[in-house]
Amino acid sequence: MKNNPFHYDCEISWCPGCGNFGIIEALKETLEELGLKPYETAAISGIGQAAKLPHYINSNGFNGLHGRALPVAMGVKIANKDLTVFVNSGDGDSYGEGGNHLIHNIRRNIDITHFVHNNQIYGLTKGQGSPTTALNQVTTLQFDGVKSSPFNPLAFAISQDCSFVARTFSGDKVHMKAMMKAAIENKGYSLLDILQPCVTFNKVNTFKWYKDRVYYLDEKYDPYDKEEAFKKALEWGDSIPIGILYKSDKPSFIDRFHHLKEEEPLVKRRWSPQDARAFMDEFY
Amino acid sequence: MEYNILIGGEAGQGIETISDILEKTLNNMGYYVYSSKDYMSRVKGGHNFTQIRLGDYPIHSHWPYLDLIIALDEKTVKLHRDRLKPNGCILCDMSIKNEGANTLRIPLIGIAKSLGNPRMANTVALGAVYKLFGLSYDRAIEHLNARFANKFREENIKALKEGYEAVSQLFTMPQPSTVKNILINGNEACALGALAVGCAYYSAYPMTPSTTIMKFMTRYAEKAGIFVDQAEDEIAAINSAIGASYAGIRAMTGTSGGGFSLMVEALGLAGVTETPLVVANVQRPGPATGLSTRTEQSDLLFVISAAQGEFPRMVIALRNTEDAFYQTARAFNLAEKYQIPVILLSDEYLSDCKVTTKPYDFDKVTIERYLTEKPEYEGIFRRYEVTTDGISPRIFPSQYENVFVLADSHEHDEYGHISENVDIRNSMVRKRMKKMELLRKDLMEPDYFGSEKPELLLIGWGSTYGPLYEALRLLKADGIEAGALVFGDIWPLPQNRLLHYCDKAKKIINVEQNYTGQLASLIAQQTGIRCHGSILKYDGRQMDSYFIYKAVKEGDY
Repeated sequence: MKNNPFHYDCEISWCPGCGNFGIIEALKETLEELGLKPYETAAISGIGQAAKLPHYINSNGFNGLHGRALPVAMGVKIANKDLTVFVNSGDGDSYGEGGNHLIHNIRRNIDITHFVHNNQIYGLTKGQGSPTTALNQVTTLQFDGVKSSPFNPLAFAISQDCSFVARTFSGDKVHMKAMMKAAIENKGYSLLDILQPCVTFNKVNTFKWYKDRVYYLDEKYDPYDKEEAFKKALEWGDSIPIGILYKSDKPSFIDRFHHLKEEEPLVKRRWSPQDARAFMDEFY
Repeated sequence: MEYNILIGGEAGQGIETISDILEKTLNNMGYYVYSSKDYMSRVKGGHNFTQIRLGDYPIHSHWPYLDLIIALDEKTVKLHRDRLKPNGCILCDMSIKNEGANTLRIPLIGIAKSLGNPRMANTVALGAVYKLFGLSYDRAIEHLNARFANKFREENIKALKEGYEAVSQLFTMPQPSTVKNILINGNEACALGALAVGCAYYSAYPMTPSTTIMKFMTRYAEKAGIFVDQAEDEIAAINSAIGASYAGIRAMTGTSGGGFSLMVEALGLAGVTETPLVVANVQRPGPATGLSTRTEQSDLLFVISAAQGEFPRMVIALRNTEDAFYQTARAFNLAEKYQIPVILLSDEYLSDCKVTTKPYDFDKVTIERYLTEKPEYEGIFRRYEVTTDGISPRIFPSQYENVFVLADSHEHDEYGHISENVDIRNSMVRKRMKKMELLRKDLMEPDYFGSEKPELLLIGWGSTYGPLYEALRLLKADGIEAGALVFGDIWPLPQNRLLHYCDKAKKIINVEQNYTGQLASLIAQQTGIRCHGSILKYDGRQMDSYFIYKAVKEGDY
């Protein structure tokens, strides 16, 4: 691992046993195996435990505001389409504070990968319910149980025809890496929901809880079958499918603009003020 | 010599179409045009009007008294007839009842109907205007050709001609200038300035009165090879612009006060990550939704202090269509020089006023990016290196092989890594705030016009520039020794000229389009100087030069 160019030697402030350790190791290995170099990648995040990830990896990085990782990632990708841009943020950041950006980047199909570290609880703020916490689950704040129904990110993404929708589990590195690789390779917005225990605050959805429930989608499963994908996305409880639930091939956002698709990345655009002179003609 | 024309009616009656054509043709003939809009936040009905002031010399303000009212409905007559000059005239349809010799009733609707489409009453009226002023309608026909689809083109041209024939000349026009000028509004000028200086990313959420910046940028996006996005909300708009700027391209967002309120947290993000950014706030009256389509200058104290924490920023108030172009271009260079957010403060009045303006000199625009050379090391870049002037070296991601760049909304060390260390915190705060000292040296002093020994000093900012400029001329004609100081750069507050003229003047009056006198408060806070009186207006309608002149004359401050 030390030889991995993405590896950064530093003190990490996650709790011992946190699922984030497995996720970051899998990510670093995936990026290396894809033949990428740190300067060609950008790790974007919002706020939360997961969102500290850009500090723990060799890569370009932008640790922005709570819920706002996706817009930053979009701006980065459009400025430089040659960069491999990925977002690492938690369920609160991605599905709560940043919910609107989730909707609209699925619509755009901007070519970025969104890794949601979904531990079904708020970690950084010490144990409040998150958008994916189960109904009636008791938390440090909701002592009488959570009163809102949990958000189903995968069913939602599929309903919006998201170009790549997958789920994996932080306790299964081989599967996680396969999903990360497929997500990064998808030319469009890829949502990878990563089930992850929070050892400190979520006493319900533990490592064992996930381990006992997750199962792989088999080889016969067709991710292009939207109805089947929707059924799989609704499956939760005693058995939880992991794998690529849904795929939809469509042009990425940048490819929808002729000039952005054909020209060099915007960051290499050459421009002189004189080039704009003709835009004044309409005012004579 | 000058004339003032008002074209009024309901939304949907085609006021904008004919005023647009009239303004453009007048400008093209060589007249100076100053056109201001007054419109309601609705698509049909209500009462909207455009006021066109034209003459053979540059015009800087709208004017209260009218030579001609083109009334497409009865409400226009009732609301504006009191402003008609003694020799003025109202042009309206036969169906509109109005007593008085100065009413010219012609069958606007009748002619339009006979040509097959009563909706063309506006075009009939337009034709009549050319005749009333003894002008050729040839250029108007070109505009009609360009504007209307085949089906409506011929009938509109006929309507124009019949309107022309329906009246006789009433006014004598002065000799026009032979200089070719442009007719542009504040938002278009701002967008053109941004395009010229290499803005490659504009993201915004539609909000009146800022939307026309985005509209203009979108129109030329492909030709300029840039990206313009209608974001899902203002939060996305500013955050994605910050992302684009971090990644190495010039980025801007624009909005009005409500949208700016949503952007505030990210303004601090640009501040702490030292990401260059230009944000236009085209003000309208608040609070909350306020008056959507009207004007105010009430966001000054808000934008200079918006967002939690302390970080350097610059605020430039746009004063006219010249400023809107050149200062927008300058804003991008300053944003990159100091790695700060620069806020352009405009307003609905400036954004909508179309003004005859000297064509912009694109040679005066330079692109200065202040990026750093390739570092001698590989790995993570010392993006926030503590330097003597506070400005750290800046490169963008993947600009150089094997060098990467980290930015963080938390307090961070020289590499951008999150840190709570006391010494690091202190050095980073000082480093960032130090940039303000240097920035002060780049400030442009406010424009001053009027007497060098003013008894009375008027102080304003932004779009009251034109009205103040004209008011000073009117006061001078009456032998009043007055001067006016009008701020463009407003934060940090330039103080040299302010101290100089305040020292000379006996009375200092702030002139602002708000209730509390925000510039006066700022001046008092920064310099201890207190104004002796205020001329304020906060009804959403811009004060004109006569309003200021009258307030000064009558001591109403």
